[in-house]
Amino acid sequence: MQMRDFVVRFAGEGGQGVVTSAEGLAQVSTQAGYHALTYATFPSQILGGPTWTQARVSVEPILSAGDDIDVLVAFNREAYDEHRPDVRDGGVVIYNSNDFQLDGDARSFGMPIDDLARSTGNARAANMVVIGALAHLVNMSQEHLDQFVTKRFTRGRSGDEEVIASNIKAMNLGRENTAANGFVLGELAPPQMPDYPQVMLKGNEALALGALAAGMNFYAGYPISPATTILVYMERNLVGPGKFVYQVSSEIESITTLLGAGFAGRKAMTATAGPGFSLMSEGLGLAWMAELPLVVVDVQRGGPATGLPTKTEQSDLMACMFPAHGDVRLPVIAVGSVEECFYGAIKAFNWAERYQGPVILMTEMALAERVQNIRRPDTSNVSVENRQVYEGSNGYKRYNGFELSPMPLPGNAGAYVANGSEHDELGDTTHLPSRHVQMTQRRFSKLELLKEDEFERENPRASVAILPWGGSKGPVREAYEVLRGQGVPVSWYYTMFLNPLPPRMLEELKKKDLVIVPELNYQGQFASILRSQGVKAEAITQYTGLPFRVRDLVERINQVVKSRPSRSKEMVRA
Amino acid sequence: MSKKNPEYDFKWCPGCGDFGVRRALEFALIDRIERSGQPMENNVVVAGIGCSGNLVHLLEGPQPYGFHGIHGRTLPVAMGVKMGRPDLNVVVVAGDGDFLSIGGEHIAPQAARNVDFCAVVMDNGVYGLTKGQSSPTTKFGTVTSSTPYGKIESSVNPLELYLTLGVSFIASGFSGQPRQLANLITQGMEHDGFAIIQVQSPCTTYNDTFEALKGNAKKGIEPGLWDVPEDHNPSDKGAAYSLLQRTGVPVGIIYKDASRPSLQQLVEAQWGKVKPKTVDELLDTFQF
Repeated sequence: MQMRDFVVRFAGEGGQGVVTSAEGLAQVSTQAGYHALTYATFPSQILGGPTWTQARVSVEPILSAGDDIDVLVAFNREAYDEHRPDVRDGGVVIYNSNDFQLDGDARSFGMPIDDLARSTGNARAANMVVIGALAHLVNMSQEHLDQFVTKRFTRGRSGDEEVIASNIKAMNLGRENTAANGFVLGELAPPQMPDYPQVMLKGNEALALGALAAGMNFYAGYPISPATTILVYMERNLVGPGKFVYQVSSEIESITTLLGAGFAGRKAMTATAGPGFSLMSEGLGLAWMAELPLVVVDVQRGGPATGLPTKTEQSDLMACMFPAHGDVRLPVIAVGSVEECFYGAIKAFNWAERYQGPVILMTEMALAERVQNIRRPDTSNVSVENRQVYEGSNGYKRYNGFELSPMPLPGNAGAYVANGSEHDELGDTTHLPSRHVQMTQRRFSKLELLKEDEFERENPRASVAILPWGGSKGPVREAYEVLRGQGVPVSWYYTMFLNPLPPRMLEELKKKDLVIVPELNYQGQFASILRSQGVKAEAITQYTGLPFRVRDLVERINQVVKSRPSRSKEMVRA
Repeated sequence: MSKKNPEYDFKWCPGCGDFGVRRALEFALIDRIERSGQPMENNVVVAGIGCSGNLVHLLEGPQPYGFHGIHGRTLPVAMGVKMGRPDLNVVVVAGDGDFLSIGGEHIAPQAARNVDFCAVVMDNGVYGLTKGQSSPTTKFGTVTSSTPYGKIESSVNPLELYLTLGVSFIASGFSGQPRQLANLITQGMEHDGFAIIQVQSPCTTYNDTFEALKGNAKKGIEPGLWDVPEDHNPSDKGAAYSLLQRTGVPVGIIYKDASRPSLQQLVEAQWGKVKPKTVDELLDTFQF
């Protein structure tokens, strides 16, 4: 049987190589010319605790982590018990027989993973034993595997050859052991190597690189899952003259340090998650009030308070759009893929500079830790915007009028007071009603500058639309394709720009009888925001801490579409 | 700006100590631009919220840049300005409530970093703008609107606190002596690191300590202020501790560690260890 796609879940305890095995499989596969994507979920501890990572390998570009598991690699009994029900009919379970024994599961076989690794003289090659076993199950060429190992372990050190040999041996042992057990899953269709250069990276890495490409030169942050990797990447790479990165003492320090940097003319960013974002409320209000450009990345996790620090959810949208007291409505960009992490970060800086204020870039746990092969971004093709800077003499009215005005920078003429109190044109505190009217209108008018008609649209004639946001884009897109295959009359809309929405998209959505918004939160936050803008939106919600499964989406969207009063015209058209 | 700007509608009470602090800061800034030849726009005054925060709007003559931000957050804002633009002179102005209560969490980390800025803390021992509540420097037992039966929390000794936290320049002054205070602010600005000038700036409405500070011979009140002795060695931390055991309020430089590098100097020292990579070079590390 030829397969175009297969899904492996690695489950065990933290520290058993669950993540390295999954990422190893993804690397082998992409180097061979396949596409790969991993989905990780961690316990909130460093060693031990149940953990699993899923890798999906496909001939085509991948949109979701995959509903059904073809192979489960169970490193311990608990992992087997928990994940066995998710293995599809005809799937295979490989378990570590050095850890436990199983009886009565005909689709499983035990492999002494640790013993096999040790027998190569390299106990650290356990994940290669597993990769060898998987390669046998889908009949992946050993040539790809050898190339991968050679490339990975050629590090210019004296022991390289030995390490390469032991790893190749480990793969072969895994292969032979699986063959001896008589298991085969099928044959993975030959890869179609993309004709463009590729990079393989995590969502948070792509986002960090996008920020750097946008000209970010100031970063302040505080460790918090799942945003820490961005801080760590910046600490390593945002160095040298004209750049500054610092781990400050709280998220309150992060946002207020950014306020000072944005005021001083820097392109400044921080990344945080739920609890840290909550601490930034007051600072974000000041950035809006005093018109200071900065970017805050919210890597969403689950729940209020500490909630689910290592699970995924899309429940911060209201908080991101309305983070502060008073009349505030912040620009929000939400990314939906690893590639969008890169380009969304550039857009966030361009927006902050263009309208001189804070921009929230939303991402989520499932994207932050997702490893995926993407087309290498072409940095020569990136358009970078910089704020309008005031270049006149002193006595400047920085906050003059009802619209954006050039921003003076300290060191130049045009000194003013950046003021969080309501202020007059010079930035001095005032309580005059007419000033508050002018300044409020001025602040909101600047959002007009961000209205851009960048959105995806397909089958626009259907009167029911599906509109996902953020990281649900992938599974919803897959569901949309299934639904279209079934002849269900729905149109597809998607944009990264949640506030302000692309005006033309909003106009079209307003004309729909129904806009279905699948989102990972209880309240249907985006649907609610759309309804407030005149769209007949209805949410499909899930709040498990896990991403959507495509199958569930297909079923639930079908239910919603079918439960509507029938419209004979449309049935005919479909 | 106040005299030229009729829309600005905040006023300090007559006799407020903050007038003297304002004069002192103006003296120090004008002196600085004359000596450095740099324009006033190279100076940034970062203020918090409270009576003290309005100082940023009330300066006369050529204007520095101002930042009138969030209650308690002057230090991290100032860090952003300074580390974003190390060539600027950054001055923080805050009150005792702003700096030591809600903003207290920022003093220790900034002391550890030794960011090169100068904080002028106007200490009046009370929350004035909210009409007279107890602050960290309000004396134990004092009756205020928020401590109607007497304050039952011991008061903070800010100078000892700064010394303990490792602030590298600590001075103490009085708003009623603007020239002397200006001199302390100048030295604080010139110090290559985190300087704090703690200023007794009495609140004439809710906690008028002018008489207690200056003394009143007719009433037999001894002055609370005393000058730091000329033979005090400010680089000696032990001597600084001893100095602070004396009652009353010292005027002068308490402590100064000129040997510690500032954060900017430490950052620059690391530049040599790493070769900065371009975005394309970073992308190369992910290409396969």
